[in-house]
Amino acid sequence: MTALAITRLNDLFAVVMLSGIYSLLSAGLFLDLDAVDVAFTEASVGAGISTLLMLASLKMVRRHEEKTRYKPMLALGVVGATTMLLIYGTLDMPHFGSAEAPIHKHVAPRYINDSMAEIGVPNIVTSVLASYRGYDTLGETLVIFTAGVGVMSLLRVSRETKEQEQQKVPADMQQQIILRIVAKMMMPLILIFALYVQFHGDYGPGGGFQAGVIFAAGIILYTMLFGLSTARRVFKSQVLQMLTAVGVLIYAGVGVVCILLGGNFLDYNVLRHDPVHGQHLGILLVELGVGITVATVMITIFFKFTWRTVKHKYLS
Amino acid sequence: MDSFIGLYNYWIVCLLMGIGFYIVIAHENLIKKLIGLTIFQTAVFYLYISMGKISGGTAPILDDKWQLYSNPLPHVLILTAIVVGIATTALGLALVVRIQEAYGSIEEHEIQQQNAQDQLECQLEAYGFKKNHILSPKSLEE
Amino acid sequence: MSYHYPVLQVIIPLIGAPLCLLLQIPRLVGLFAIVVSGAAFLISCGLLSQVAANGVLVYELGGWAAPWGIEYRIDYLNSYLLLLVSGISTVVLVAAQSSIKRELPENRHTYFYSAYLLCLTGLLGILATGDAFNVFVFLEISALSSYTLIALGTDRRALTASYQYLIMGTIGATFIIIGVGLMYMMTGTLNMYDLAERLPEVNHSRTVLSAFGFFIVGVCLKLALFPLHLWLPNAYAFAPSIATAFLAATSTKVAVYVLIRYVFSIFGIDYVDSVLPLKAIFLVLGLVGIFAASVSAIYQLNIKRLFAYSSVAQIGYMILGLAIGTKLGLAATLLHMFNHALMKGALFLAIGSIVFRINSSQLNHLAGLGRKMPWTMAAIVIGGLSLVGVPLTVGFVSKWYLVLALLEKGWWVVTVLVLLSSLLALIYVWRIVEWVYFTPPRIILDDVREAPLSQLIPVWLLVLANIYFGLDTSLTVGVSKLAAEALFGLLGAGH
Repeated sequence: MTALAITRLNDLFAVVMLSGIYSLLSAGLFLDLDAVDVAFTEASVGAGISTLLMLASLKMVRRHEEKTRYKPMLALGVVGATTMLLIYGTLDMPHFGSAEAPIHKHVAPRYINDSMAEIGVPNIVTSVLASYRGYDTLGETLVIFTAGVGVMSLLRVSRETKEQEQQKVPADMQQQIILRIVAKMMMPLILIFALYVQFHGDYGPGGGFQAGVIFAAGIILYTMLFGLSTARRVFKSQVLQMLTAVGVLIYAGVGVVCILLGGNFLDYNVLRHDPVHGQHLGILLVELGVGITVATVMITIFFKFTWRTVKHKYLS
Repeated sequence: MDSFIGLYNYWIVCLLMGIGFYIVIAHENLIKKLIGLTIFQTAVFYLYISMGKISGGTAPILDDKWQLYSNPLPHVLILTAIVVGIATTALGLALVVRIQEAYGSIEEHEIQQQNAQDQLECQLEAYGFKKNHILSPKSLEE
Repeated sequence: MSYHYPVLQVIIPLIGAPLCLLLQIPRLVGLFAIVVSGAAFLISCGLLSQVAANGVLVYELGGWAAPWGIEYRIDYLNSYLLLLVSGISTVVLVAAQSSIKRELPENRHTYFYSAYLLCLTGLLGILATGDAFNVFVFLEISALSSYTLIALGTDRRALTASYQYLIMGTIGATFIIIGVGLMYMMTGTLNMYDLAERLPEVNHSRTVLSAFGFFIVGVCLKLALFPLHLWLPNAYAFAPSIATAFLAATSTKVAVYVLIRYVFSIFGIDYVDSVLPLKAIFLVLGLVGIFAASVSAIYQLNIKRLFAYSSVAQIGYMILGLAIGTKLGLAATLLHMFNHALMKGALFLAIGSIVFRINSSQLNHLAGLGRKMPWTMAAIVIGGLSLVGVPLTVGFVSKWYLVLALLEKGWWVVTVLVLLSSLLALIYVWRIVEWVYFTPPRIILDDVREAPLSQLIPVWLLVLANIYFGLDTSLTVGVSKLAAEALFGLLGAGH
């Protein structure tokens, strides 16, 4: 229903808010379907970061969407055809929830039955993510890094102009003392929670990606309350940029070390004498890499966006 | 009737996918298109997660109390896909911000009008109708 | 160490990209990128020779065996394309050094090279992998970095072109994961070779058919098959010249590779034939694409756009080769993928040199440049002739095999149409020649000199490659045929 409302509304602000709610609902649904890790991620990404980014860019544009002018029959046709194709495809699908479906018979049983012995991590999602299909996760980290490079290059401002202009910009929300005090108290808690999620991913839902997002959310909260210039003074953009690269390098570096120790790329077994310990160490390190890249890329992206919008508001 | 109940979850996926896809194609506002894209992708996430579910199963975190676990592999794939999704959205929004700065609008038809004008100017200039048609490479270096 | 070549092929640029960002110093970053790409090229040479000596190479990532972990699987087909992509990338990077300095402000150089290496990583990753989902991940790496590369263009239209590409590309990628998801649902596996084994059991199901449908549409969006090509001309026209040269030469080829890999290695051509008149669809779309895009190319006033439309037309030839559905047809497609990369690489690099000197790619600004930049213009003429398919160039070789394959099948009408379409190519190439050599200058060209050597050498390297592989076809034709046979052979083994 939320999705339907989104199509009808012209007020972009409401649309963005609704899409945030939609993401939260999705997260609830994922939870219901036993996908705890996915729910966690969707909640922090969909409802958190992406809504924030949307809001930041909304500040710059007209709030209302204009009426679409042409009759969208062609679009309806294409969409109809696609949907029909998918519905047609569903007709022969294994039924929802059925334990007899092929995907539960092939490949997955090994993860469920043997991952404890082979990797020694109770959260199977973490074992598959970081070890069995660790290479996909390296790719995923690289995707985030790519987006970071893209946003940095698109929204780049030279340092001199930035420093000049920053003088003129008042910090948003700086007046609200109570909020600031509460936020000051919250900050360490959020950051500790992020660290908990980072290192607890072996046992419960969580891991590098989610931790990175939460960490970034903490910093973003700080930025919103204390103003961009204060936040920038604490987190130098140069350092952040470096760290985005460092995260990827940690991940890939673990892989290369595995090669040097005589294993295949990302074969953590060779990291220690005992393969299970090796797996532990490997997963810990790569998750750290993921966490660093994700957190720094998110913070950088947020800084770039707010800087643009703030500039738009006060300087033009 | 049996098949209806067995498949309803997938039909929700189809519906959501249709809505998202429609927003992407039919709307002209660049931000709304991106939101549509997000919905479209979320529909795919449902598709994957739904197939991983086993009735009576539990989250795939090993514990002595449980015997039946949902399939962890789709979860892993979708974690990756969510990350890819946010990366695309971020880059798309950055483009939107730049487009707003360059064109002063994020409505597709207004941008197309301006593009057409750019195109026309290029052509006029090329045929020498514009005053600065003496385009010396030297002047460009300054 | 040679045992690790398959993975090193991809992770060398993968590690190079973040290092680029750490390096920061604009001058060094460019050189560093050449070194990285050059290393990847050397490894791809090693891989091709290993494949020739030992057959298919399998590398298990993370040490996990195939259906549980991800594997790299290198055979003739992908080692041949790995060689092509990393080779072109290295040559283009050599020319990039001076061209990028001119076209981009200095503070963007690091990002440019970083995105370039990421794009290279993505493309190589797609080629090397044997896992259906891993394809998607690397597809997105290459896609996001290409959006970045395109958006770095100085014209504001580069931004809208990039946005349009982002929307179309993401729809394409999402279709591909729907396809992969449905296949996974029916078989429980993501490994391509495991899929190929398990799909025949569930071939009759409507789910697999719909998976195939989603997959084909998604890939066709990515490879800009007519009429899904709308994103391509603008993207190529407004991107920085170097980015255009790299993307035009490699990225659509990789999408064609994905199509071939899925149609032949996973679904199997027999299955495809039995459910969908795919060959007929490809035949029609290929032909219509060739003609429509060639005619559009004739009317373009911007030389970059002109060759971008010509790229859409050339993709039509590749699809046509697939539509024939015989070994020879497939070999012709593979051959044309390689040859077209050489032509477009040379052409777009030469255009890069023109932009470098006169800061414009408008056709009529080129008037009189024939005297001022003789070497660059000669390169464009030879590249253009190769595009037309004149003997002694690679274009002739690939057209020759395409025509042979068509005749073998007895498709006379199509053969005639293909030959006619070459005339269209001749027209647009002739238009350029006319402007360049037979029209008095429209802009002041007093200060214009020949392009610097650092650009001329890469351009002519590719031009000479155009001629060399036009004369000595043993490598390209040989490998194409072997790869085509392997694809059909694999099919035989699967059934």
